[in-house]
Amino acid sequence: MSYGILVVSHVKEIADGVLKLIAQVAADVPITTAGGTDDDGIGTSVAKITSAVEHNEGDEILAFYDLGSAKMNLDMVMELSDKKIHLYNVALVEGAYTAAALLQAGQDLPTIEKQLQPLKIK
Amino acid sequence: MLTVANTTKWLQLFTDQVNTNQDALNQYDTPIGDGDHGSNLARGTTAMMDSLNKADLKSVSDVWKTAAMAIISKVGGAAGPLYGTAFLEMAKASKDRPADDIAVQPLIDASLKGLLKRGGAVPGDKTMVDVWTDVDADLEKGPLTSDQVKTAVESTKPMEAKKGRASYLGKDSVGHLDPGSVSSGFFFESLIQEGEIQ
Ligand SMILES: Nc1ncnc2c1ncn2[C@@H]1O[C@H](COP(=O)(O)OP(=O)(O)OP(=O)(O)O)[C@@H](O)[C@H]1O
Ligand SMILES: [Mg+2]
Repeated sequence: MSYGILVVSHVKEIADGVLKLIAQVAADVPITTAGGTDDDGIGTSVAKITSAVEHNEGDEILAFYDLGSAKMNLDMVMELSDKKIHLYNVALVEGAYTAAALLQAGQDLPTIEKQLQPLKIK
Repeated sequence: MLTVANTTKWLQLFTDQVNTNQDALNQYDTPIGDGDHGSNLARGTTAMMDSLNKADLKSVSDVWKTAAMAIISKVGGAAGPLYGTAFLEMAKASKDRPADDIAVQPLIDASLKGLLKRGGAVPGDKTMVDVWTDVDADLEKGPLTSDQVKTAVESTKPMEAKKGRASYLGKDSVGHLDPGSVSSGFFFESLIQEGEIQ
């Protein structure tokens, strides 16, 4: 089973920035992003999230998000997608970084989830 | 009872209200949000009417499903998954009904359940859920009135927000109407204005 990371933010640059930060420690982990609305305004897009899930090379997805509608749109995509998506209500930057570093180190999902637990903020 | 024609008309009236009041909705979203509720929703309702005008609508369920898909793909804020879910639930609830016997109350009831699940808000959290909850209860007793809709929308003013962007303001959210409740008010005023459904 391979895992990939999905970063969903209201702002394209935030999603790109988190990707830049975590890719540095996770060269072999598939990471895709969905930042902003379809026209790159502030918000989230079901189309962008769906495409980021489909293009992610991981068999299962660990998803991290910032605010309100990001979670609701992720939930909608989860209901429609064939891929298993694990959604974490944790701080976006710290959570995605933790998952990336541990996946790169070859840790299993229960270990990663244990490390994510204290980062839960929503 | 709902038909393809009067349901489409309801949504057209809602779209007109959202377009006319787009700036006002943005204003309601400014002190306790990010000022985009009107723009978000207008983008969605405009796309929704485009889709409805192009689609081959065979049933009331088709109308709601087409509307939901446009809203979900175009809105870009919380209003997208919320109104989208509400409309999808109406599509599901009307699907297995006889074509000449689709009442509005069970549809709103199904939508409310969907909204509660989608956003995780409960009544009193100062969200559109407050309006949908009150309207659902009012409809159970008989045709909805404008006064009931106004009362439901106004009820969000003294509340402290527990969900959505306004919740980050804590007590400072008190004293403002919730923008999603105001737009939900337009939705239900449009139902009343349509005149034939209930
Ligand atoms: N969790 C929720 N449950 C129910 N309704 C909600 C929830 N979050 C927000 N809302 C409703 O959505 C309205 C705001 O819609 P709007 O289109 O402005 O989204 P937004 O908050 O700007 O989106 P985003 O989450 O992308 O920042 C609120 O006024 C409220 O009625
Ligand atoms: Mg807003």
